[in-house]
Amino acid sequence: MVEWTESERAIIQDIFSRINYETVGPAALSRCLVVYPWTRRYFGNFGNLYNADAIMTNPKVAAHGTIILHGLDRALKNMDNIKETYAELSVLHSEKLHVDPDNFRLLADCITIVLASQMGKEFTTDMQAAFQKFMSVVVSALGRQYH
Amino acid sequence: MLSKKEKELIAEIWDRLTPVADDIGSEALLRMFVIFPGSKTYFSHLNISPRSPHMLSHGKKIVLAIAEGAKDISQLMVTLAPLQTLHAYQLRIDPSNFKLFSHCMLVTLACYMGEDFTPTAHAAMDKYLSAFSAVLAEKYR
Repeated sequence: MVEWTESERAIIQDIFSRINYETVGPAALSRCLVVYPWTRRYFGNFGNLYNADAIMTNPKVAAHGTIILHGLDRALKNMDNIKETYAELSVLHSEKLHVDPDNFRLLADCITIVLASQMGKEFTTDMQAAFQKFMSVVVSALGRQYH
Repeated sequence: MLSKKEKELIAEIWDRLTPVADDIGSEALLRMFVIFPGSKTYFSHLNISPRSPHMLSHGKKIVLAIAEGAKDISQLMVTLAPLQTLHAYQLRIDPSNFKLFSHCMLVTLACYMGEDFTPTAHAAMDKYLSAFSAVLAEKYR
């Protein structure tokens, strides 16, 4: 089981209370598709993903980015049992969507960097540490049911 | 593979950051030490508390080397030759740490540049830092 300090719990709740889901979600997913172009393989039916401009203005990418970010709410509400919380989603990503689990880490890194660029100096080392710990637990849970 | 535009963008960004090399460098190091504590094992001989004189001077050294390489990316093997030898035979830092440092450098750049750290800049910078790390580790074996 993952151990969370009081400080880490507070930081995570604080970060999520400050996030604008409709901005961060789309920014993170589109950034991932630009920085790691091979991730576009999973979004064949999203239309034009041929260059950065097309990706950043693609409405399907934006909508999906928001969905993904809201998906993190469940971990936020169940920090002591993230593994169970995402068991079904893990199966979905493995058996139906066939997503290489390494991609979860790439997206998590992009979310971190979007937060950093939006929060600037306020994204302190401690905040980054707590947030990355949270995301690594999420990433691990999403990859857990692969076999 | 870096395009001509990306190389110019990278050179421009690092040129702009050279005056604050110690700030950027020490912050990236600090982030790495906190988030990836294993990386601290290479620095038992330095005072690595936030913004200590060691952190500032060491951070500056690293950033200036990255900035120097950015001036002519096609010549990285030449520019980094002395550092390659240093890392391979003396420092012997496990190259997996270069990835950790690069990640923390990207976060530091994002905090510093805000909206200017666009996805395009991020992609170019990630590619450059990967290339830099690969060249740095070339003489290891």
